[in-house]
Amino acid sequence: MSSQVRFTDFKSDKQPTWCPGCGDFGTMNGMMKALAETGNDPDNTFVVAGIGCSGKIGTYMHSYAIHGVHGRALPVGAGVKMANPDLEVMVAGGDGDGYSIGAGHFVHAVRRNVDMSYVVMDNRIYGLTKGQASPTSREDFETSTTPEGPQQPPVNPLALALASGATFIAQSFSSDALRHQEIVQKAIEHDGFGFVNVFSPCVTFNDVDTYDYFRDSLVDLQETDYDPTDREAAKEKVLDADKEYMGVLYQDEESQSYEQTHGLDSDMSDIDHDGAPEDAMDLVREFY
Amino acid sequence: MPADFNWAIGGEAGDGIDSTGKIFAQALSRAGRHVFTSKDFASRIRGGYTAYKVRTSTEKVRSVVDRLDVLVALTPRTIEENMDELHDGSVIIYDGDRTTMADVDIPENMVDLDVPLKALAEDAGGAIMRNVVALGAACEATSFDIEHLDSSLKKRFGDKGQAIVENNKQAARLGQEYVQENYPDADLDYELETTDNDYVLLNGDEAIGMGAIAAGCKYYAGYPITPATDVMTYLKGRIEHFGGHVVQAEDELAAINLALGAARAGARSMTATSGPGIDLMTETFGLVATSETPLVIVDVMRSGPSTGMPTKQEQGDLNMLLYGGHGEIPRFVLAPTTVNECFWKTVEAFNLAEKYQTPVYLAADLAMAVTEQTFEPEAFDMDAVEIDRGKVVDEDTIEDHQTESGGFKPHEITDDGVSPRAFPGTAGGAHMSTGLEHDEQGRRTEDTEMRVKQVDKRNRKVETAKEREDFSPREFGDPDADNLIVTWGSNEGTLVEALEYLDDDDVDVRILSCPYIFPRADLTEEFEAADQVVVVECNATGQFADVVEHDTLQRVKRINKYDGVQFKADELANDIKETLAGEGQEVEA
Ligand SMILES: Cc1ncc(C[n+]2csc(CCOP(=O)(O)OP(=O)(O)O)c2C)c(N)n1
Ligand code: SF4
Repeated sequence: MSSQVRFTDFKSDKQPTWCPGCGDFGTMNGMMKALAETGNDPDNTFVVAGIGCSGKIGTYMHSYAIHGVHGRALPVGAGVKMANPDLEVMVAGGDGDGYSIGAGHFVHAVRRNVDMSYVVMDNRIYGLTKGQASPTSREDFETSTTPEGPQQPPVNPLALALASGATFIAQSFSSDALRHQEIVQKAIEHDGFGFVNVFSPCVTFNDVDTYDYFRDSLVDLQETDYDPTDREAAKEKVLDADKEYMGVLYQDEESQSYEQTHGLDSDMSDIDHDGAPEDAMDLVREFY
Repeated sequence: MPADFNWAIGGEAGDGIDSTGKIFAQALSRAGRHVFTSKDFASRIRGGYTAYKVRTSTEKVRSVVDRLDVLVALTPRTIEENMDELHDGSVIIYDGDRTTMADVDIPENMVDLDVPLKALAEDAGGAIMRNVVALGAACEATSFDIEHLDSSLKKRFGDKGQAIVENNKQAARLGQEYVQENYPDADLDYELETTDNDYVLLNGDEAIGMGAIAAGCKYYAGYPITPATDVMTYLKGRIEHFGGHVVQAEDELAAINLALGAARAGARSMTATSGPGIDLMTETFGLVATSETPLVIVDVMRSGPSTGMPTKQEQGDLNMLLYGGHGEIPRFVLAPTTVNECFWKTVEAFNLAEKYQTPVYLAADLAMAVTEQTFEPEAFDMDAVEIDRGKVVDEDTIEDHQTESGGFKPHEITDDGVSPRAFPGTAGGAHMSTGLEHDEQGRRTEDTEMRVKQVDKRNRKVETAKEREDFSPREFGDPDADNLIVTWGSNEGTLVEALEYLDDDDVDVRILSCPYIFPRADLTEEFEAADQVVVVECNATGQFADVVEHDTLQRVKRINKYDGVQFKADELANDIKETLAGEGQEVEA
């Protein structure tokens, strides 16, 4: 089946209600193309979505999917993948969802290194709740709840991931369709937790981190002689306060997924016995 | 020679009290005696005091009592703490060479066995075996064949090599011989009869874990919390042999979400926690219910609120399990009543979860979770385990549940409220689940008609279950008695023992022990037939009493205990007599 799969097969019949021009359109298209390109189809794909404008992605895609509670998409994705490693698992959400309420799970998902991809649609604002500061908002970014700006440094998700032992860290930009798709594809192909922070502009509430801003400021690492397997170089890049980068910032080529290190290779939905499993009486004998 | 024998070992946390107690309990069980163990963490004096108590008899034992016949005291405090339970002729084994034990005063009326535990242990190969020396002394004091102890030492230390096992056997012999030689005249009138019966000895947490594996559970995610941690400890290292996996999550929020993910992927999946963890899980509980995901959530209750008394008994989470979560959420709440029932209710919880595609709470409590009890192995008859996965559709049957354009309907409106379920990977079944209100295909909707249809559909599952399942209470005592005692959870065993005391005083009662909290049996007829109804539970406000009053529109009397200690049979018998006589209501302020 997979050879015939086109990216439109991943589209649901629901029309997105995102604002015209929202970065999430491009982000989603790239994800669907990357899934199709890597040989997946809707029946073997499981998408876990967060809460927020970004989290609506699960509705607009066609696959097995769950739209979780705010901030907890990552553990759901890990549970799905561990229970059935044959599935292609992709988790998607916003910067608020992932780095605020879900920050704890982010660190631990990175450490756990389950073989799935995590796409964060970073618009540096809360879109769905109508324009409050997010953890990636700039210190002086004025919003309805922070009229003088958050006055706190933004979370640096790339550095957080690197410090937590990430095996794949990338950043992309939703309107650079080809590069975005390629980067998500690499995250899917990575054996472990493939983390991609995507600049996905909110055209309604964020007039600072705009398409123009990213177009002008992003440095594409592919156009330099950057070596993403060099962790020291990655350290320098993720901590660079003056520039924003696009591309794979770090990839551990030796990465072994959680499923590999824990010997998980079967589909746990199978219960191949009618009653208790064979040898279950041994469990009782242990208590003699 | 009392038929019912009570033994304890006490000392400081870190003295190896639990493992020593367990070795003795296992030896008794292997000798064909029934055993009921309890752990004592004193609340009167702060500090590290801990004790492991073993009640044993040739008859079935179901609860703790206030009596100690032999006490191994590793610290003076052990004697102080247990003074009330010691009696004429109780034996106290201690090491007078230990500086802290040098000046202890053993009351005149008791048997003083001063045994150089440490010195003898060193003779056998290491001071660490001092507790085993004490066990050897205890065997002598009770004329209990030391070979039974050998087999449980082998079980305990077998992994560490034959030499360690032999040293321990030797240590026990040295303790035995020391008592023989130095206290030949001591008046030890205890004698522990053995039988040919084979019993298994396990606690509620272990029984829950075993029930999960028996039911085909493959995935467990949890976060450590007393007294639920043993469920995870049990599963880890065992479930893998059956193709399963255990994950220690970063918190309870993650634990339930991991378990939810695995359940969505089609695995039988479970998590276990205690009160504070249930609070955190409640956020996702609503999603589990709305997305119609089968999931078993175990709450091993302890004293709350907040961090409360983590090592103490209470049944205070009932309201939380029944009503917790925003919005209205259909659910099952099961409450096992004995260690054995922990096994069977876990099996049933998985079947209910999958048949009705709902979350199932299993409400165990500390008194049952950490208490070991003996059972005939047949009580855990694996052949009797049944697995019912409910309405799972495959490639061939999926067509019956698709829209004209081929969309699968995971929330199809059905008469029984249960919709088809497609595991991911099933061709033609791709769909989204969401906590948002949705249509039959799982797509978000705010359509008023569909909202009502989906709410009704989910609630209809409860009605269907009431028709198809048996939610009867377990019954004890005199079926024709005028006085009805109602209880739930681990109080059942104590009540059954209390019957004997009540019988002595000619008080006839009928007991209904309710393992189903929701849905539950309608007790209206039972209540109407009774002169007086008393609800017994370990909480202050009578949470179960409230629900049955609501069901039956009849006021009940209440016996509530919330000092952190489980009921004792004689004490409960007295409370019942007083309550039936119209005196006293709440016990233990
Ligand atoms: C527990 C909880 N708290 C708050 C909310 C309200 N809420 C919905 S979306 C959102 C923020 C989403 O921000 P982000 O992840 O950046 O997504 P965006 O909408 O910008 O794509 C919040 C706070 C909620 N749904 N659940
Ligand atoms: S509010 Fe912002 S993030 Fe949300 S859909 Fe509109 S543009 Fe996109």
